[in-house]
Amino acid sequence: MFDLLSNANTQWVLIGSIMLGFASGVIGSFVLLKKQSLISDAMAHATLPGVGLMYIIFEYKSIPLFLIGATITALLATYSIQLIIKHSRIKTDAAIGSVLSVFFALGIVFLTYISKNTSGNRSGLDDFIFGQAASLVASDVRMITIGSAILIILSALFFKEFKITIFDPLYAMGLGLPVRFLNLVLLGLVVGIVVIGIQMVGVVLIAALLITPPLSARYWTDKLGRMTILSGVFGAVSGVAGTVISTIGEGLPTGPIIVLCASIIFLFSLLFGSKKGFIPKVVSTHEL
Amino acid sequence: MSYDAWILLTGSLVGLTCGVTGALLVLRKMSMLADAISHTVLLGIVGAFFVTQSLNGLPMLIGAAIVGVLTAFFVQMLDSSGVQSDAAIGVVFTSLFALGVVLISFVGDSVHLDVEHALMGEIAFIPWDTLTVQGMNLGPKAVWMLGFVFLINVLFITLFYKEIKLTTFDPQFAALLGIPVMFIHYLLMGMISLSTVASFDSVGAILVVAMLIVPGATAYLLTDRFLILLILSGLIGILSAVTGFAFAVLFNVSIAGSMACATGLYFILAFIFSPKHGILMKQIRKYRLSSEQS
Amino acid sequence: MNALSVQNLTVTYDKTPVLQKVGFEIPKGSLTGIIGPNGAGKSTLIKAILQLIPRISGDIQVYGKPYHRQRRLIGYVPQRSEVDWDFPTSALDVVLMGRYGHIGLIKRPGKKEIQIAKEALRKVGMEEYQDRQISQLSGGQQQRVFLARALAQDAQIYFMDEPFVGVDAATEKAIIQLMQEWKEEGKTVLVVHHDLQTVEDYFDHVLLLNKSPVGCGPTQKVFTMENLKQTYGGSLKFLGENSVVLQERV
Ligand SMILES: Nc1ncnc2c1ncn2[C@@H]1O[C@H](COP(=O)(O)OP(=O)(O)OP(=O)(O)O)[C@@H](O)[C@H]1O
Ligand SMILES: [Mg+2]
Repeated sequence: MFDLLSNANTQWVLIGSIMLGFASGVIGSFVLLKKQSLISDAMAHATLPGVGLMYIIFEYKSIPLFLIGATITALLATYSIQLIIKHSRIKTDAAIGSVLSVFFALGIVFLTYISKNTSGNRSGLDDFIFGQAASLVASDVRMITIGSAILIILSALFFKEFKITIFDPLYAMGLGLPVRFLNLVLLGLVVGIVVIGIQMVGVVLIAALLITPPLSARYWTDKLGRMTILSGVFGAVSGVAGTVISTIGEGLPTGPIIVLCASIIFLFSLLFGSKKGFIPKVVSTHEL
Repeated sequence: MSYDAWILLTGSLVGLTCGVTGALLVLRKMSMLADAISHTVLLGIVGAFFVTQSLNGLPMLIGAAIVGVLTAFFVQMLDSSGVQSDAAIGVVFTSLFALGVVLISFVGDSVHLDVEHALMGEIAFIPWDTLTVQGMNLGPKAVWMLGFVFLINVLFITLFYKEIKLTTFDPQFAALLGIPVMFIHYLLMGMISLSTVASFDSVGAILVVAMLIVPGATAYLLTDRFLILLILSGLIGILSAVTGFAFAVLFNVSIAGSMACATGLYFILAFIFSPKHGILMKQIRKYRLSSEQS
Repeated sequence: MNALSVQNLTVTYDKTPVLQKVGFEIPKGSLTGIIGPNGAGKSTLIKAILQLIPRISGDIQVYGKPYHRQRRLIGYVPQRSEVDWDFPTSALDVVLMGRYGHIGLIKRPGKKEIQIAKEALRKVGMEEYQDRQISQLSGGQQQRVFLARALAQDAQIYFMDEPFVGVDAATEKAIIQLMQEWKEEGKTVLVVHHDLQTVEDYFDHVLLLNKSPVGCGPTQKVFTMENLKQTYGGSLKFLGENSVVLQERV
C-alpha cells in the first residue's frame, strides 16, 4: 500500500483530490446558502451530453474539448431551468428535475450513438459517469489542481461580496454592488468545479461534493467564514480518503467512495455537531 | 407478438405507470424526491440481491419499496430538523446511491447486475426474459410486473382519490379534517418506489426520473383539472415511449435514453404551444390586447 | 357549557416557550377577538389548539370533550393559505374540500355535497366564479373561497387568523356578516384581530394575549386601557392613533 502511495503519480492524484475537495466544499457553502444545491446537481448531469457531443463532432478524445462541451451544456441547462421557472407555472423542483433527466438522457443517447455509429469506442467516456481516479493522466491531474486553486482564490477574493449578495441581494444592490455580475461569477465557480470534478467524481455524484460538506459544516458553526473553511476541509478529507480507498481496492469507483466518505462525515456531524447536532440538542433539552 | 411490439408495450407501460404516479409528485412539489428515490432503489435492489443471492422480481420489488420509503423518511427527518429541503434530498440520495454503486462493484461478474444496467436499463433484452408458467410462455416478465404495479397504483389512486387530492392541495387543512396526511405521503412514496423498480429493468434508475417528472410537468401546462392532468400525464408517457422508440431505431441509439429525450420534446412543445399556458399563446394574447387598445 | 376550554398549554419552537401555561375558556355562541402584539403567539395558539404543531403540555376540550374526538366540529381559516394557486382545481372544487371530513375515507362527494358547496359559494357572493381556476381569482376573492370552504364545513367552532388583512371593505363586511350569522346560529367564532379600533364593534368577547393571557372575557370588562398596556407593554405608544382613541375612551 505504501508502495502505491509513494508512487509519484499517485501523490499527484492525492494532491489533486485534496484541492478539488477543498474547492468544492468552499463553493458548496455558497451554493447551499443560495438554495441551489439541486440546480448544481442538474448542471452536473447536464455536462454529459456536452462531452458526448464534442466527441461526435471532432471524433477524437481531448479532455480540454470535452470540458468546453461540458461547460456549454451545463450553462444551457441552467438557462433552461431559469427560463422554465420564469415563463411558465412549472415550479422550481419540476423544472430542475425535468432539465436534469432530459439532459442526462441526451448524454446517454450520444454515448450509445458513439459506440454504435462511429469508428471510435467510448471507453474513457464512460468514466465520466462515475469518475475514475486511476485513469487520470498527469495533465488531467495538473488541470484539476490548478483549476481548483484558481477557484479557491476567486472564492476568497469575492468572499464578502458573495456573503452579502446571497444574504440580501436587494440590500447589496442598494450598496452599489454589481449583484448580477457577482451571481455570474458564482455561477462560473459552480460550473468550473463541476467540470473540473467530473473526471474524478463523475457527473452523477459530483453534486454531492457541493452539498454534503457544507451541510456537515453547518452543524459546527453559525459563522459563514468558519463554515466555508470547515466545509472545504471536510471536502478535502473526503476527496483524499476516497481516492486512497479506491486506489487500494482496485476497481472500486472513485466518485461513489468519495461521496460515501463525505456522507460519513455528515452522519457524524448530524449526531455530534456542536450546533444543532442531535446529541448536544438532546442533552440541552434535558437540562431545560 | 413480435419483438418490437413487446418493447413498445414495455416502454408504454413505463410511460403510463410513471406518468400517472409522477404527476402527483409534480403537483406536490416533490419532483426531486422522485429523482432521489429512483436513484436509491438501486440500493434496495442490490440489498435484495445480497439477501436472496438472485435477481428475482419479488424480493427486488420489496427491497426497492423499503429503500424508497426509507429515502422519503430520511429526507422528512432532516427536513423537520431544520435542514433546507433541497439539500436534505441531495445528501440522502447521493449517500444511498453511492452506497448502492459501491456494493454493486462487489457483486461478481457472473451476475447480471452492473452500473450500466442500473443507469440505462436494458429494454432490448426485455422480450427474452419471459415468464413461463407450466411450460406456457406468458410474455416478458417486465410487462407483467409493470402491469401489476400500474393496477396497484390505479387502485390506490381510485380508493384515496379525494384524500390524495386534498393532501396535495392543502396538507394543513387535510390534517385538520383528520385525513391521515403522513399515511398518504408514504403511500405515494411506496407507489413511486414500486413504479421505479418495475421500470428499472427496462429504462434504468436514472432515466426513469424523466418518465416520472416530465410528463407530469407537461400535463401541468395543458390542463386546469386534476383528474384530466393525471390521465393526460399517463398518455404523454405512452406517447413519449412510442416516439422515443422510433428515434432509437432510426439512429441506432439507446432506446431508454431516447424515450426519456422524447418526454423532453413534448415538454418543449407544451411549453411553447400550450393553448392556455404556452409562451407563444401568452405572447399572442398580449399582442392582441395591445393592438386592440391602440 | 364552554365551547372551548384550554388548560395549561405550553408550546415551544426551539427552547424558549412561545406560550407558557396558557389557560382560558370561551363560552358557546360567542364572537371572540384574539388580540396581542406581533409575535405574541396568536397564530401559534390557534395552531396548537388545532394540533397542527406539537405542544409540550396542555389539555384542550371542545364542547366538553377532548379535541381529537370533536374534529368535525372545527373550522379554520388560516392567516393566508399557503397553497399552490396554480393547482389544477376550481373554486367549487376547493369549497367541496370542506365536505371531505363529513364524507369519510374513500367515499366520493355526491350531489348533496355539491349542493352544499354551491350554496356556500353563493353566500360569499362567488357563485359566478365556481368554475374558475383559483389562480385566476383576485386575492380577496381567493380569501372568500376559503371562507366558503369553512362555511361548507358546517363547523360548530371557527378559528380565523387575521381574516381582514388585504381584503377590501366589501369583503370585510361580508366576513363580519357571516360571523354574525354563525353567532346567531349558536356557533362559536374566534378571530385574530389587529385593528384595536374595531374590536368593540365586532366582538362580544376578547382574549388579550402576550405569551400568556392577560385577560379573557366580555369585551366591556376586559378591553380596558390598563389591560392593553399590560398586553402591549412599552410598545403601546407605537400604536399611534389607536391608543389615542383608547385614551379618550378610558
Ligand atoms: N416556525 C417557527 N419556528 C420558530 N419560532 C417561531 C415559528 N413560528 C413562530 N415562531 C415564534 O413564535 C412567536 C409567536 O409567533 P406567532 O406567529 O404565534 O405570533 P403572532 O402573535 O401570530 O404574531 P403576528 O401578529 O405577527 O401574526 C414569535 O416570537 C415567533 O418568532
Ligand atoms: Mg400570526
